[in-house]
Amino acid sequence: MTTRYTKDHEYIRVEGDTGTVGITDYAQAQLGDVVFVDLPEVGKAIEKGKEAAVVESVKAASEIYAPVSGEVIAINEKLPDAPTFVNEDPAGAGWFLKLRIKDASELDALMSEADYKAYLETIS
Amino acid sequence: MPQTSIGQMNMMRDTHETFTGNKALQIEEALIFETGRVEVTGVDVDEPVTEETRLGGLERHAPIGLPGLSEPETMRHYLRLSQKNYSIDTGLFSLGSCTMKHNPRLNERMARLPGIGDIHPLQPVQSVQGALELMDTLAHWLMTLTGMAGVALSPKAGAHGELCGMMAIKAAIAAKGEQASRTVVLVPDSAHGTNPATAALIGFSVKPVPARADGTVDPEEVRKLAGPEMAAIMLTNPNTCGLFEKDVVEIADILHEAGAYFYCDGANFNAIVGKARPGDLGVDAMHINLHKTFSTPHGGGGPGSGPVVLSERLAPFAPLPFVKRGKQGYALIEHAGNAGDAKPFGRITAFHGQMGMYVRALSYMLSHGADGLRQASEDAVLNANYVRAGLADLISLPFGNRPCMHEVLFDDTWLKDTGLTTLDFAKALIDEGYHPMTVYFPLVVHGAMLVEPTESESKASLDLFIATLRDLAISIRAGERERFTGAPYHAPRRRLDETRAARSPVLRWQPPEPIKVAAE
Repeated sequence: MTTRYTKDHEYIRVEGDTGTVGITDYAQAQLGDVVFVDLPEVGKAIEKGKEAAVVESVKAASEIYAPVSGEVIAINEKLPDAPTFVNEDPAGAGWFLKLRIKDASELDALMSEADYKAYLETIS
Repeated sequence: MPQTSIGQMNMMRDTHETFTGNKALQIEEALIFETGRVEVTGVDVDEPVTEETRLGGLERHAPIGLPGLSEPETMRHYLRLSQKNYSIDTGLFSLGSCTMKHNPRLNERMARLPGIGDIHPLQPVQSVQGALELMDTLAHWLMTLTGMAGVALSPKAGAHGELCGMMAIKAAIAAKGEQASRTVVLVPDSAHGTNPATAALIGFSVKPVPARADGTVDPEEVRKLAGPEMAAIMLTNPNTCGLFEKDVVEIADILHEAGAYFYCDGANFNAIVGKARPGDLGVDAMHINLHKTFSTPHGGGGPGSGPVVLSERLAPFAPLPFVKRGKQGYALIEHAGNAGDAKPFGRITAFHGQMGMYVRALSYMLSHGADGLRQASEDAVLNANYVRAGLADLISLPFGNRPCMHEVLFDDTWLKDTGLTTLDFAKALIDEGYHPMTVYFPLVVHGAMLVEPTESESKASLDLFIATLRDLAISIRAGERERFTGAPYHAPRRRLDETRAARSPVLRWQPPEPIKVAAE
């Protein structure tokens, strides 16, 4: 199991050909209190870099982009009623959706945890 | 006198709670549904003689629950509500990007002249020649001040003006048969949110242009994105960072060479009136917020008005209706068939636009004159720079301490490690009796505070404002967190729970529990 990161602060936790997508702790801190999450329908095919979900905080509404292409096989059904999970536990209970990864080689372009940490150093 | 902290003061006030909940003249005003009662009425009218209705069975039979109030109750309710308002007539209103400047009383006087105030849009055209001449004169001066060939007066506000301008661009593209291929609109990161929304609404796809390190748009970035699929750029100048886009002419040339159009968001035109003409900068379409630059009221005070000036290439596509001067006086062109060579893209308002605002804007222009309009721009820029210079040693400037235009943008770098945020700072400003500046916009800088003092403020007023902000900033440096984390202390309501309001909003009023009379 490995986790990869995008420059837009999404993570994808990879288990076999399945990836769990959410936003990083840094992203939730920047957004502030999340008040609404709009998730795609299960079965939808989404493309790398395209909008996968929308997250709305007291400060702003932001798009969540798909880290890699794939088919949505599950969404976090609890999130619409409990958007606080995104702030409290972004890497755990605050996950957004699970993807069946279409092309595992797309993961190579994403950052490792160490790379992402280094990236955060450059922007904060 | 011993020093008391804000916390102690707050506790002291709590011990002085009043029976009514009112704090002297600060009245704890009930909702009108709570003041009035459904079972009473404040007016005495005869029951209508029952006649056969023509509602076809749709008439209501059950009471609809509107409260009845007497005239004094009604007067007091609305007067008290009006007294809770903060307005430009109450005090300095530094809301950046909004141009909250004084609305001259002369404008109001002119708008109320019976020949203007009492006319109706459906009156015969021959009986409103003066009003049409006024529109034509306003159009003339808007074109003169901007160096543009045409103007559409009818849009009702800034975003509506954007829509009108972009629809003119779309019509011009369609006239060249390029509607299928020219579909991309470039929008810089620092744009007003209405810009991408406008482009998307009429079917364009939006591509962001990143700002370079100095907060302006890099023409090289535009060049990279230019091509046969580019329809237009929507650029604000001066931009929302309060900076003049110095490469605007080069950007315009790149667009025009690629066959695209230049839409300029004219929300900040008040910084450059009499100094630069958008037409000379290569602009094809630009809306003008009469309610900002030309001092007509906005916010709760009056409707906006957003005429759009158009370049020679776009002028023929201006929407209906428009005023045309002929041998028989002024005519109002209402139909494409009467438009001559023009190719209006349609109509975006039912009538002719905000006539009352045309009067006020023209009154402002004529009473200021060319020299006065130029000075208003210069003073607006001077005042913003005065605020910048007065605060630069305490509050961080994201693009360095260099001259700005009519507004000055600060960020929250100076708050780092204090545990306090831009929001805390803004809330504390409420306690000091000021409407806060614009916060968290533009998004291109972190924790933005955008201050636009406008030319309306005297030096004394600016000095007090700067001194207040300095006092707050010094207080933060001294670690007086409580002054901020609990603010506002003195407003009718304390800090609102924005998160809960968004997560579980109460959208329907519930009648209060009946008052229980205590048995003594």
